[in-house]
Amino acid sequence: MKAPKILILRAAGTNCDLETENALRAVGAAPERVHVGQFRSGRRRLMDFDALVIPGGFSYGDDIAAGRVLANQVRLYLKDLRQFVRLGRPVLGICNGFQVLVKAGILPASNTCEQTASFTVNDSGRFESRWVNLRINSQSSCIFFKGLPEMIELPVAHGEGKLVLKSPRQLEEMKKNKTIVLQYVSDDGKISGYPDNPNGSVFNIAGLCNAEGNVLGLMPHPERFTAIHHHPNWTRQTFLKSGVGLEMFRNAVQHCRS
Amino acid sequence: MIAEIQPLEDLESACRRHSWSLNAQELAAVRRHFKALRRAPTRAELESIAQTWSEHCKHKTFTGPIRFSDGKKTERIANLFDRTIAKATRELARPWCLSSFKDNAGVVAFGKKKGRWAVAFKVETHNHPCAIEPYGGAETGVGGVVRDVLGVGLGAKPVLNTDVFCFAAPDFDGPLPEGALHPKRTLRSVVAGVRDYGNRLGIPTAAGGLCFDPGYRLNPLVFVGTVGLLPTWALKKEVKAGDLIVAAGGRTGRDGLHGATFSSAGLSADSPASAVQIGHPLNEKKLLDALLAARDKRLYRAVTDCGAGGFSSAVGEMAEGRGARVRLENAKLKASDLKPWEIWLSESQERMVLAVPPKNLKALSEVFAAEDCELSVLGEFTSTGRLVVTHEGQAVVDLDLKFLHHGLPRVEKTAVWTAPKPQAVKVEQVKRSPAEILKFCLSHLNVCSREWIIRQYDHEVQAGTVIKPLQGVRHDGPGDACVIWPHAATGEMKDFSAFAVSHGLNPAYGRLDPYRMALACVDEALRNLICVGADVEHAVLLDNFCWASPDDPRQLGALVRAAQGCHDAAKGFGTPFISGKDSLYNQSKDANGKDAAIPGTLLISALAPVADARRALTMDIKGPGNALYLVGCTGEELGGSLLAQACDLPGGCAPKVDPKTAASAFKAVAAAIAKGLVLSAHDLSEGGLAVAAAEMSFSGEFGAAIDLDMVAKAGPIYSNEVLLFCESQSRLLLEVKPEKEAALLKALKGVVVKRVGVTMANPILKVIGLDGLVCLEEPLCALKAAWQGTLPRLLS
Repeated sequence: MKAPKILILRAAGTNCDLETENALRAVGAAPERVHVGQFRSGRRRLMDFDALVIPGGFSYGDDIAAGRVLANQVRLYLKDLRQFVRLGRPVLGICNGFQVLVKAGILPASNTCEQTASFTVNDSGRFESRWVNLRINSQSSCIFFKGLPEMIELPVAHGEGKLVLKSPRQLEEMKKNKTIVLQYVSDDGKISGYPDNPNGSVFNIAGLCNAEGNVLGLMPHPERFTAIHHHPNWTRQTFLKSGVGLEMFRNAVQHCRS
Repeated sequence: MIAEIQPLEDLESACRRHSWSLNAQELAAVRRHFKALRRAPTRAELESIAQTWSEHCKHKTFTGPIRFSDGKKTERIANLFDRTIAKATRELARPWCLSSFKDNAGVVAFGKKKGRWAVAFKVETHNHPCAIEPYGGAETGVGGVVRDVLGVGLGAKPVLNTDVFCFAAPDFDGPLPEGALHPKRTLRSVVAGVRDYGNRLGIPTAAGGLCFDPGYRLNPLVFVGTVGLLPTWALKKEVKAGDLIVAAGGRTGRDGLHGATFSSAGLSADSPASAVQIGHPLNEKKLLDALLAARDKRLYRAVTDCGAGGFSSAVGEMAEGRGARVRLENAKLKASDLKPWEIWLSESQERMVLAVPPKNLKALSEVFAAEDCELSVLGEFTSTGRLVVTHEGQAVVDLDLKFLHHGLPRVEKTAVWTAPKPQAVKVEQVKRSPAEILKFCLSHLNVCSREWIIRQYDHEVQAGTVIKPLQGVRHDGPGDACVIWPHAATGEMKDFSAFAVSHGLNPAYGRLDPYRMALACVDEALRNLICVGADVEHAVLLDNFCWASPDDPRQLGALVRAAQGCHDAAKGFGTPFISGKDSLYNQSKDANGKDAAIPGTLLISALAPVADARRALTMDIKGPGNALYLVGCTGEELGGSLLAQACDLPGGCAPKVDPKTAASAFKAVAAAIAKGLVLSAHDLSEGGLAVAAAEMSFSGEFGAAIDLDMVAKAGPIYSNEVLLFCESQSRLLLEVKPEKEAALLKALKGVVVKRVGVTMANPILKVIGLDGLVCLEEPLCALKAAWQGTLPRLLS
């Protein structure tokens, strides 16, 4: 079967794109890193790809605010992104990519393109690089988490990861339509504070998806857990079989093929 | 605009006014040169000469003649660097060292596929800038060393950053002279600078160190290192006459004028803040992406970074042996009112200079435009042997390159060394209990947890940090070294070839004996590499000397001893140096107007391959009922130790290293680890056996029981405290499964190794003293709390 063509969107100052490419290639995709300027000039088209990944790290140095500049460019130059989403093609925003999806109004999903949430500086006031325990919402329809256990571990690395919402009502709606797909928890699965929740995000939100489940934005980095040797305790734990992140990418590729 | 002319008559006063840091002999050489030419120099010419001849660029002390006397005999050392560090590398002649001391960084072969990849390593200091503007100084320090690696061969992709800081304790509350910053502010700002720059570049900062000593109060030291990966074909660079001089990256502004000359003098309240550059990580990232894309299309023939001296030194260096013609009006500027000499000398950041065949210019411009990165054609390389710079047709510089690079008069310096008199430490004066001393050591600034800093660095970007700086059950124990699996750079996820990086530094030993300090630093760096399972037989070293004024014969004498120590360590361990740097004049006037010099400091950085990242090791105890083996001999070596500090015991000798014995032990241990006979390994450094055992235990959350009677002793030792805390070198603590003990002992035949204890489920550290009684029993949580509390308490 043909390998799905997956766009890794780059911009000035993007990082984490190469390891994301390696992860996608490892699960049989045909990833391509393309600079957003290529869409600005019209040389490349979003619709030619089967899936989109906006990688983590930084974009434009995160000057102004994390992901802000690239989010504007996504609105302006990737105009058919909403169509892309409607067609059910997978869209994954990792860390900075999640910030871009939120600031471009793709997540939390709404009928308008309006931005309804944002990110602010971590409660600790510092960049936080650590592994966290996460709970997947087993009732969500998110395609990326199919077949994964309810509790997973992934690393986070960000300075502006605290998700803030417009209103308490919005949170209630998101709970109801099961789009809060990933939450920071303690090692026994309970909602808890710092450092389990590394940034102070409302309701411990680590990741959001749309109601259809094909768009996922998350602060943790799945591309940094694609081999068991990425896990901080691989020298102690012999039960690790495969990287959680790799399974997420595999799910995306399988979804493209089906 | 007419170029500024500098009359030769008042050269001296101009030199002072513009802080050129040229001495009388150098000024005389300049005067002679221009008298012969029958003309006065321009400001830009003098600035070029001052930058090129500065200690910072030419390393005059290390490469100049020295009359060295050690009280018994006097010898003339023609070139200290060549007679010590470079000599060891030359004599060892390791075939895997692809480039040593020549290019912007040292380069060694990497990976299973021979001849495919090479790894470049460089460590720089940015001490003077960080003293007056710590945030900006740290940022541009990182930026500079990253560009050094980008400028190796045709450019290497950075895959790891390291940082080592030397500060005064952040709780200092005494008087500071005018203009000096408080150590707490310096520390916080330097960490923020490294974080904000390194994280934005997407390079993991995963190795480093932190050392506190009151001697760094006015002159903090900031070492920044970068490891890069490049294909072997990209090692070779050459400049041909006719190639275009292309400046790429950031624009040129007035920031960072006189950086090189300012770094070549002592610091004072009126040191110019404008000498510190302003960093812009986004520009550097764009430059990095564009440059590596152009490299892979083979669009340029040579590249170097614009560091100290800006265009003047970058173009001057590349044109050596050829010639160059530069038109400054072509440079892209941040401000339109820059004088020609300012454009020529500015050290604005994020710029590189390329030699581009004219036919490739169009393709190169396209690659850079696609990455939103600017470039400009400054001129072309020639074959005239002259450096000719003009601005709007007006001559700015017209210098003979031979004079610029080789006209520097060599001035002999005097060095005196007085061997330290051995002074016995009075062990009977140890009045504190072992538990108290252990908590003192664990909470000591030089041992305590660095988590507060490490968490602020993205140490896992590029997804290759297989052994992380923080290890153990709760990911917070002190790792010995990091292991990087650079698949993001090679694109090969199936190849698990990796490398490990570590450091060694100890100014406390240096105060007693700089020669022994050098050996101990090399020993420590190699020990750390072994503990993560690296192949130390293929290790390479970098040296970074930070010293006070070499014009003081005693300071220079100590420097010579340290350099000789480096030579003997390299030869003894069979481990060559591949790169290095020195930063001198680290001294200032203190609040009373007295000269305060830093303790002579040597940072050794080591890099070694890890053949298979999946066989690497961490330092945390893995389970109960395993044996603990101590490799190496314990002597009564307390000089410069934490025990001596804890109990206020003056004197003593710095610990001695026997590199031959240590090397064979290290080799055997590394082989045993490669065979999978060891579960965890940790090195014994500050705080000795007690600290190592405590760290392994609380990181793995399993207890340990140690019997001091079993420790191998070099001579009679009757004190539990000495055995627990002395800092004899070349020692490692290994955790071994009972069924592998016999195999381990067989693998370590001929090595001093003793079974000193066992691990247990009970979470305590228990030590049986020489009298058979329990001399220390502490719960691990109390030890860990002592170890973790210090930095958050002092910095949050």
